Amino acid sequence: MVVAIVGAMTEQLPVADPWQVLDSAGNLRPDGRVPTGADALDLRAAYRDMVLARRVDTEAIALQRQGELGLWPSMLGQEGAQVGAGSALKTQDVVFPTYREHAVAWCFGVDPVQLLGLFRGTTMGGWDPRERNFHLYTLVIGAQTLHAVGYAMGLVRDGAVGTGDAERDRAVLVFLGDGALSEGETNEAFVWAAAQHLPVVFFCQNNQWAISAPFSVQSRVPAADRAKGYGFPGVRVDGNDVIACHAVTREALANARAGGGPTLIEAVTYRRNPHTTSDDDLRYRAGSENDVWAARDPIDRLRSLLTGPGAPQPIDAAFLADLDGEQEELAVRLRAGCRALPVPEPGDPFRHTLASMPRDLARQMDEHLAFVAAADGERS
Amino acid sequence: MARALNAGLRDALESDDKVLLIGEDIGLLGGVFRVTDGLRKDFGEDRVVTSPLGEAGIVGSAIGLALAGYRPVCEIQFDGFVFPAMNQIITQLAKYRHRSGGRVALPVVIRIPVGGGIGAIEHHSESPEAYFVHTPGLRVLCPSTAQDAYDLLGQAIRCDDPVIFLEPKRSYWAKGDLDPGAEPMDMQRSRVVRPGTDLTLVTYGALVPVAVQAAGILADAGREAEVIDLRSLSPIDDATVVASVRRTGRLVIVHEAAQTGGIGGELAARVQAQAFYELEAPILRVTGYDTPYPASRLEQDWLPNVDRILDACEFSFAQ
Repeated sequence: MVVAIVGAMTEQLPVADPWQVLDSAGNLRPDGRVPTGADALDLRAAYRDMVLARRVDTEAIALQRQGELGLWPSMLGQEGAQVGAGSALKTQDVVFPTYREHAVAWCFGVDPVQLLGLFRGTTMGGWDPRERNFHLYTLVIGAQTLHAVGYAMGLVRDGAVGTGDAERDRAVLVFLGDGALSEGETNEAFVWAAAQHLPVVFFCQNNQWAISAPFSVQSRVPAADRAKGYGFPGVRVDGNDVIACHAVTREALANARAGGGPTLIEAVTYRRNPHTTSDDDLRYRAGSENDVWAARDPIDRLRSLLTGPGAPQPIDAAFLADLDGEQEELAVRLRAGCRALPVPEPGDPFRHTLASMPRDLARQMDEHLAFVAAADGERS
Repeated sequence: MARALNAGLRDALESDDKVLLIGEDIGLLGGVFRVTDGLRKDFGEDRVVTSPLGEAGIVGSAIGLALAGYRPVCEIQFDGFVFPAMNQIITQLAKYRHRSGGRVALPVVIRIPVGGGIGAIEHHSESPEAYFVHTPGLRVLCPSTAQDAYDLLGQAIRCDDPVIFLEPKRSYWAKGDLDPGAEPMDMQRSRVVRPGTDLTLVTYGALVPVAVQAAGILADAGREAEVIDLRSLSPIDDATVVASVRRTGRLVIVHEAAQTGGIGGELAARVQAQAFYELEAPILRVTGYDTPYPASRLEQDWLPNVDRILDACEFSFAQ
């Protein structure tokens, strides 16, 4: 075990031939395995989404530093994977995130201010999952994979899969990390999805680190290779290539909606920041790793493409200036929105435990509210 | 009782097409206790789902089904096999309503055969109710009769909260009358099954008939014990118990589960807080011991039985 961890600090970073069409330098390199080309994605919109989602992340870290948030799990470096996947969704699809899918939430229209409540301590959730079919952040690793499977079972029974009507057919996109691959529940989810041929796409962001444990602690084979053992396709894609991530997710979701069953996508990426703002990553990994992955940045490479000669959908200085302005507006809105998040009522936990409050719980609530009122009186 | 449960499941499947059953071996086999016998044939494999072998998968997928608008009824094959599902039950199922700020209900029922006394091997005779009772966000029910099994199961399936539905396996084969048209009593209420004036005996599940039998023997000796069947373990209807103890002054609580941290301790705390001055004797517990469930050749004397209950009552009366 010690050997494996020490080895991970020094070994070649594991990016063995993932599917890729946009290389680190921003060059388009057609890859016959990638099902659609660059023209399948609105590249300007994808660039904008990545930049703005990164700004959400940056602002949230700053809010944590200012004491406005208790904690923040940064997604820096994973914007390509998340915007690629998020932009492949149709509104009728359903998303089950982990707790780091800030850019997917952005793509699916969740107000980023609502992402902050969980980390500010004003809520355990933050948004109504029924509004956009973007389910609540799940902190217990892998637990949401089974919820996705169950939801997909529901879609099959609803007759919402494989009808041939592209506007009606639905699929579930569930996110997990490389650490979740080791959880029993994730493996049960793979078994169920395969055995029932369910319309679910497992999107694993292999960001190389599960807090302090490198990928080598979780697996001796690429995550995507595991899918074959369960009986469905696995795809290994460059997670910092938004075009390739979009293409494979779009294909996998289309296949799932059509009744073609599950897919496991492994998006190879890197968690550039510590696990959360409470973590100290230099205790377990070398800072030089970060430099390697910074050079593979998903935003930089798309900007190189779109500002370079022969860009398929060029962006110019005016576009970038507008985007800067939009970022600043977003930052102001996030800061103000964060501070304005409503603090729950002391009675809310009691009211939200069961559909109707049992007598003894009502007694406990009354006792608590009386205490709070008295304490407030003493404090004021 | 198994047939009453089967009737309850059949009625639920007939009356609401969002109800579906999910569990190991519940299809063609009808479950190891045959509670789902014949339902696969009549409602099809989409609604009576034989699951892969994985308890976390059963509960986790039921949560997803509930989020998609269904009302899944899970079957866990035996009490001792629920533990792989505990993560889903405790961290997800019980907390989802609260996590969503009261917006999202998870109407999931988890049926679990519980308890000993059937000569079974390890993991097949356990009483895990306290784990669930200790978890806010769950309701926990345990019927003792065929009629209650039918009524409570129907109420559990219609309820918008997650319900842990404990089926005392010793009672599966017990015969009892069933009137599907009868108006069911509130599922949160306990029931006085035998009125009495001298001592209150509180229990639930398979031990209700045992307590009634003990009360009959006490009656022969001129002591009238009141027997209360809790029916709901969470919430606990302590009001019925307190009202009884105020009249009798004596309380003996009986359950199969291990003593420490069990339902008996919780009930005793509530009763002493509300009826302290009416108590004539210490509150006593007759329970399983704080050991793993024993090999079945030992269970007859390990389990609370008529003699152990009578010993406790005698002690109470001697105070």
